[in-house]
Amino acid sequence: MRLITSNRRPEDAVYRHVIPAGEPWLFEVQKGQTLRLLDLEGNQAIDTLFYNADNPRERYDPQRTLRRQGNAYLTTGSVLYSNLGNPLLTIVADTCGRHDTLGGACAQESNTVRYAQDKRYMHSCRDNFLCACLHDGRLHNRDNGPNNNKKINLPNTPQRRHTLLKRVIGGMIIFFMNVPVTPEGGLTFEDGISAAGKYVELRAECSAVVLISNCPQLNNPCNGWNPTPAEVLVWN
Amino acid sequence: MTALFHSSPSLREERLPGGAHTSLILRKGQILRLTDIDGGANVSMMMLNPHEKSERLNLPDTLKGQHTARLTAGHCFYSDMGRVLAGIVADSCGWHDPFGGVLNADETREKYGAGRYQELRNGFYRNGVDNLLVEMGKWDLGLEDLLMVVNFFSKVTVDEDGGFRFIPGNSRAGDYVELFAPMDVLMVLTALPHPQDPDAEYAPRPIQLSWYQADDAQATAEALFTRDENQRAFLNTQLFAL
Repeated sequence: MRLITSNRRPEDAVYRHVIPAGEPWLFEVQKGQTLRLLDLEGNQAIDTLFYNADNPRERYDPQRTLRRQGNAYLTTGSVLYSNLGNPLLTIVADTCGRHDTLGGACAQESNTVRYAQDKRYMHSCRDNFLCACLHDGRLHNRDNGPNNNKKINLPNTPQRRHTLLKRVIGGMIIFFMNVPVTPEGGLTFEDGISAAGKYVELRAECSAVVLISNCPQLNNPCNGWNPTPAEVLVWN
Repeated sequence: MTALFHSSPSLREERLPGGAHTSLILRKGQILRLTDIDGGANVSMMMLNPHEKSERLNLPDTLKGQHTARLTAGHCFYSDMGRVLAGIVADSCGWHDPFGGVLNADETREKYGAGRYQELRNGFYRNGVDNLLVEMGKWDLGLEDLLMVVNFFSKVTVDEDGGFRFIPGNSRAGDYVELFAPMDVLMVLTALPHPQDPDAEYAPRPIQLSWYQADDAQATAEALFTRDENQRAFLNTQLFAL
């Protein structure tokens, strides 16, 4: 694995936010800005969705992204493509070396399948996504959301103005998670290869909404059995 | 898996021409057989709950729940609500691909060149994104509902470094795969070449669709109890239907 460091200094960042363990965070990066996701204490999965801020129907597409790079893992050089075929962001530095986009987020419902019925009531990434979206509104309500001053080039059909909220939750990247695929077609969950201070940096190719769940999963080693805080930093 | 869970004549037969798209509701207790008529076919499919269309096929959950990166007999397709939308109960070719997705119009033009209706009439070069979107539009579904899709009949392997390799010849003439529905499931599908198939000639292959009634729905479901996760997902399906 090729590790690429960055010389951007945290003190020069225009935006910094520490996401406590198990919490969501939704924010925007502008075209040309660089976003760093920092694993503060190590082995912390950061489930992340990206949308084009000017047209939130345009979102990250895992299958197109993997197909176009001819590889199942994301690292420096990976271009994150949208469902419309456009680049949303590009990974420009990565000190971890490999990130997963096949495993998806945990949810109460998938916890009942993967572990046991009584795991339904544990906190999960999908709960985080729904909660953040419901408060924010910009991903599903184009009339009343914070983006109402932006010109959005979409047909003005009433049904599409108020889409079901859950519909916007699609493909995602689980940064710092290691899910190797075997040549025989197996999918394995390995211990994290991340560690305290590892980071990944992405350059925004368009203005993007970033929706994060700092994963609260306690039933598998994706967070080293101990979910911890993560930091986001943005540079101009 | 070679055992068949249906013995009566098919309820319906339909030939899906290469390049075409269709959608259907497979009713609870039914089995849909997809047959590769000429060999080398590929079918891209999205699945949803027709009664609550925000419940959709979740391929990431499907793969991680069954610890697999290929799909074959004994595997289930999970929804994002932790239920089994469908399961593969028979499969003569052994590998169906969850990675490749579908090409859009630009990617199709890039791969095959221009192929417009104006010149080619119904032989025009269709693309998977538009085909699935058009079909989904008929159910008042849109771009937001098009998630990761399955590509039946195609095999793509992943090497040690993560590199993809498309394996030609995975499906021969007459190969089939059968999907059992433990709940009503809306299937949206198109018969187009796999995006990673290196063949530069646009040559989509036809598919035969055959509907069957499962002889014994419970026995068919139990054939999919291949691991604890599937059994728990079936329990979710059952509890929701109470």
